[in-house]
Amino acid sequence: MIEIEDGVATVDFFGVKRRVRLDVVDAPVAPGDYVLNHVGFAIRRIPAEEIADTLALYDELLRSASDDLLGNDVRGELDATEVPR
Amino acid sequence: MNDLEAMRFRDPVRARALADALTQLVRGAARPPERPLAVMHVCGSHEQAIARFGLRATFPEGLDVIMGPGCPVCVTDVPEVDEAVALARQGVRIATYGDMLRVPGTSQSLADARAAGATVDVVYSVTQAVELARTIDEELVFFASGFETTAVATAAVILAGPPANFSILSAHKYIPPVMEIVAEMPGTRVEGFLAAGHAATITGWGVFTPFVARHRVPVVVAGFEPLDVLAGLVRLVELIVDGDARVDNAYPRCVDEHGNRAAQAMLWQVFEPMGGRWRGIAHVPNGNLRLRDAHARWDARRRFKIDLAALWDHAPPALVQHCQCGDIMAGISSPHACSLFGTACTPDAPVGACMVSTEGTCRIWHQYGGRPDLRPRAAGAKP
Repeated sequence: MIEIEDGVATVDFFGVKRRVRLDVVDAPVAPGDYVLNHVGFAIRRIPAEEIADTLALYDELLRSASDDLLGNDVRGELDATEVPR
Repeated sequence: MNDLEAMRFRDPVRARALADALTQLVRGAARPPERPLAVMHVCGSHEQAIARFGLRATFPEGLDVIMGPGCPVCVTDVPEVDEAVALARQGVRIATYGDMLRVPGTSQSLADARAAGATVDVVYSVTQAVELARTIDEELVFFASGFETTAVATAAVILAGPPANFSILSAHKYIPPVMEIVAEMPGTRVEGFLAAGHAATITGWGVFTPFVARHRVPVVVAGFEPLDVLAGLVRLVELIVDGDARVDNAYPRCVDEHGNRAAQAMLWQVFEPMGGRWRGIAHVPNGNLRLRDAHARWDARRRFKIDLAALWDHAPPALVQHCQCGDIMAGISSPHACSLFGTACTPDAPVGACMVSTEGTCRIWHQYGGRPDLRPRAAGAKP
């Protein structure tokens, strides 16, 4: 998370800037935190001890073949149109 | 040994230990070959991980891991798709998640309606649909699919006050009640359930306690990474072998007993559970989420007169009669038993919803070579 304004966070997801709403996140969050994003909503703050593993998994999925469904889900996140301001 | 190491687990030693533990547990159960241990997971992400990482290749003989109704797009019933198609054909602009476009209705999908001139927008998020509604004067209906995790997002935008031209056509579904249906199906082989970690992030694992008390089958909450799935299966088979019907949490880093209470409060403030059909499965009491009366003004079903009869003049395609999606999602059939799988029904020309969604059993099995345990692919070979 890069910044928060009016309950909406600007996040960086592998270089792509997105906006994620914080209406339903389970814990207080601040810039620098990592959150689990589900359809544009943060549903969980990722604890510090899990960040490296989680990023490694996504990194691997992003390098996967073009017909890989899990990989495509992640690439779909990158391709999805940014929520307009 | 090589299979697991080649599977690009980040921790192959742990993967091997879990796979060995699973094998020993299943051997110890000493089931006759005609009656294997059968467990069901209820999560498209679990099936994706199982297929992608070739986990079925590590499952011992004597263990069946069945995918249940864990794909929200797949269980969206034909009349629900018909409602969206009818609205689109009546000239109402529709926004929905991409997977919903090609889900077949009685005679048309939303993609068909769009090809025939209707306006259907694919959005990534319900928030995006609201933003679209703010930029137009005409009515916009968001055709909302997804389980409780996704329904929370819909609830949040309703509570935040969308524009007056925005409304919701809810096909949201609630997982716990359908597990009751599967557990009660005559002849069901399912002896334990692996529950989806992300949904339990919202509901907490405690939501399964009444289910376990009623049906005396264990439930284990598991994450979707390959090691999480394996660890969850080990725990689930342990509980089955021990005859210990309880809820266990194999995903403690994400899930606790009570879940995200603020999210639950929003969900139940906006939605109420009501009975409804899940495609191919059954009428599921309390399985559908509809907008409460207090939010009726955002309910497309109450805002519009939806003319379904106009769709029923057309006979459904004959192939649909042979589709086994329902039996596959209920765990009593598999894609291999379907005469259409991979021939008349493919991701490019899907007959059933299970071949449409990236969370559907048929789509996943087809994507990974028609078999869920392709060792060469799992070993990292390029296609």
